[in-house]
Amino acid sequence: MAKSFLSIEQLTQRYPDGQGGEFTVFENASFGIEKGEFVCILGHSGCGKSTIMNILAGLAEPTSGVVKMDGQHVSGPSLDRGVVFQNYSLLPWLTALKNVTFGVSARFPNWSKEKVIEHSTAFLAKVGLTGDAIHRKPSQLSGGMRQRVSIARAFANEPKLLLLDEPFGALDALTRGTIQDELIKVWSDTDQTVFMITHDIDEAILLADRILLMTNGPMAQVAESVEITIPRPRVRNDIVEHPNYYAIRNHLVHFLAQRSAELSGQAQTPDQQPTPVRIDLTDDAETEDPEPAKPVLRAVEG
Amino acid sequence: MKALSENRKAALLSILILVVGCLIWEASIPAQKAVGELTEYELLTGGGQPKAGVPPPSQVLGKAWEQLSNPFYDAGPNDKGIGIQIGYSIYRVLTGYALAAAIAIPLGFLIGMSSVAYKALNPFIQVLRPISPLAWMPLALFVIQDSEMSAIFVIFICSIWPMLINTAFGVAGVREDWVNVARTHELSALKTAFTVILPAAAPTIVTGMRISIGIAWLVIVAAEMLVGGTGIGYYVWNEWNNLDLTSVIFSILMIGVVGMLLDSMFGLLQRTVAYTE
Ligand SMILES: Nc1ncnc2c1ncn2[C@@H]1O[C@H](COP(=O)(O)OP(=O)(O)OP(=O)(O)O)[C@@H](O)[C@H]1O
Ligand SMILES: [Mg+2]
Repeated sequence: MAKSFLSIEQLTQRYPDGQGGEFTVFENASFGIEKGEFVCILGHSGCGKSTIMNILAGLAEPTSGVVKMDGQHVSGPSLDRGVVFQNYSLLPWLTALKNVTFGVSARFPNWSKEKVIEHSTAFLAKVGLTGDAIHRKPSQLSGGMRQRVSIARAFANEPKLLLLDEPFGALDALTRGTIQDELIKVWSDTDQTVFMITHDIDEAILLADRILLMTNGPMAQVAESVEITIPRPRVRNDIVEHPNYYAIRNHLVHFLAQRSAELSGQAQTPDQQPTPVRIDLTDDAETEDPEPAKPVLRAVEG
Repeated sequence: MKALSENRKAALLSILILVVGCLIWEASIPAQKAVGELTEYELLTGGGQPKAGVPPPSQVLGKAWEQLSNPFYDAGPNDKGIGIQIGYSIYRVLTGYALAAAIAIPLGFLIGMSSVAYKALNPFIQVLRPISPLAWMPLALFVIQDSEMSAIFVIFICSIWPMLINTAFGVAGVREDWVNVARTHELSALKTAFTVILPAAAPTIVTGMRISIGIAWLVIVAAEMLVGGTGIGYYVWNEWNNLDLTSVIFSILMIGVVGMLLDSMFGLLQRTVAYTE
């Protein structure tokens, strides 16, 4: 099988359970992400999404398994992989602007100070932060504003791979919509690859090319890879009209409500990839059975 | 009265307390005033048992005026202006303190970053820290053979501990998230230390520095009483030997004022490095 841009191979993470034993967050998780792809991952709280992301970022070492980007082993963090942390992780002694210039000047060390500031201000404006707000410290900003600073910091660095951990969780519906649009714009203007954790099914359908579904932990697995068969550009209010929308949505809801629990705890065979699911009602294409009788073992996009 | 802000009310009350305090002090003195003068006379003539009287605040004020209008005169080893004496003390404090900071802060960084270094050095710190700085004085005088350097050494040894411990504590407590931000931006170890760990730990470090300067200023007075020669501590002791209680009280007040100024400088520094999460 052709190697993906980002390939996750037999990732296993165990932690001590605090009683002398060990518990397995996930075991033998394998999946791939293509260059330029937008992938969302859905799963219940505590199944190990942030853990996977930290490993992709190079911030944490898995118990076993490897991550390769462009064929290179990921060992340690890199400027090629930009992260929006679940808890924003802004530096509280710096203003919003300086939090962004901090990243930009690390990414583009040859730029002049003016250029760094100009670039950073532009990206803050893209997430709707302008005026005196950008000269305030994180503690003087609202939760949603902090989250936007954190998003601007990651976007401004134009990394090859953007890793987003629930980046819009603290935003109201309106701001969320604006920034989702901005994210799509930034992503489609470049050849960036996005890996995003979210709890919002509709957001995932709107944004993603593909949604990975995780079963509940412990011993979680990346069970399915659902292709979003709705053409781009997608408009928030119109996609619900698309014939595939509710079919996909129902499949996802059904998985999260029921099958994520049913499937949990099963060990994966080492080379198992998530089952590809393609739901397309438009051209009378055959709908794949959401619950295949036997798992289809083949590479994603195989 | 409603129009007055809280700060103004407090200031007025402070002045009131000062005035009332001084009046009571002044009023309780007159009987002794004569005794004070007599004692000085007796002392000059070398006769009688000296029995010093506590001078009234007006006399202390007069002394302050006299001293502060010419703080830097130098009329021989036993008669220098208060400014010169305080200058010597500040010089010793700052020298010993700067040496301590130059060692404590980098070492504290090391201890805070590495648990091995922490575990290896902790027993030494725990034993050395509770030693009264003045207990080092005889050893210092013997080894260094110089009273000036010994006083500086005593300041060094007493101000190193709060800075060392607070730096280590502050550095160890830097949130992992912030270090991760540095890591995802591929900052070098040195750059991470200066742009992330130092500002994150700065409030704790400066608190340690503030405690240290307070202790150093407390200790210098005692140290100078022991080593003699110059400095505000020596001055107090010398004036006591001269039975010039007015000067003693005046210099006690000056010690307080200088200590307050040193402390408020660090208070200011503390405010500039503070941040809220
Ligand atoms: N350092 C750690 N030590 C021990 N257990 C950990 C550690 N980090 C995470 N875990 C455990 O691993 C599991 C997965 O955590 P993770 O943060 O990846 O969940 P998540 O899927 O991101 O959840 P959420 O949606 O709530 O953010 C949890 O059970 C958590 O308790
Ligand atoms: Mg998480």
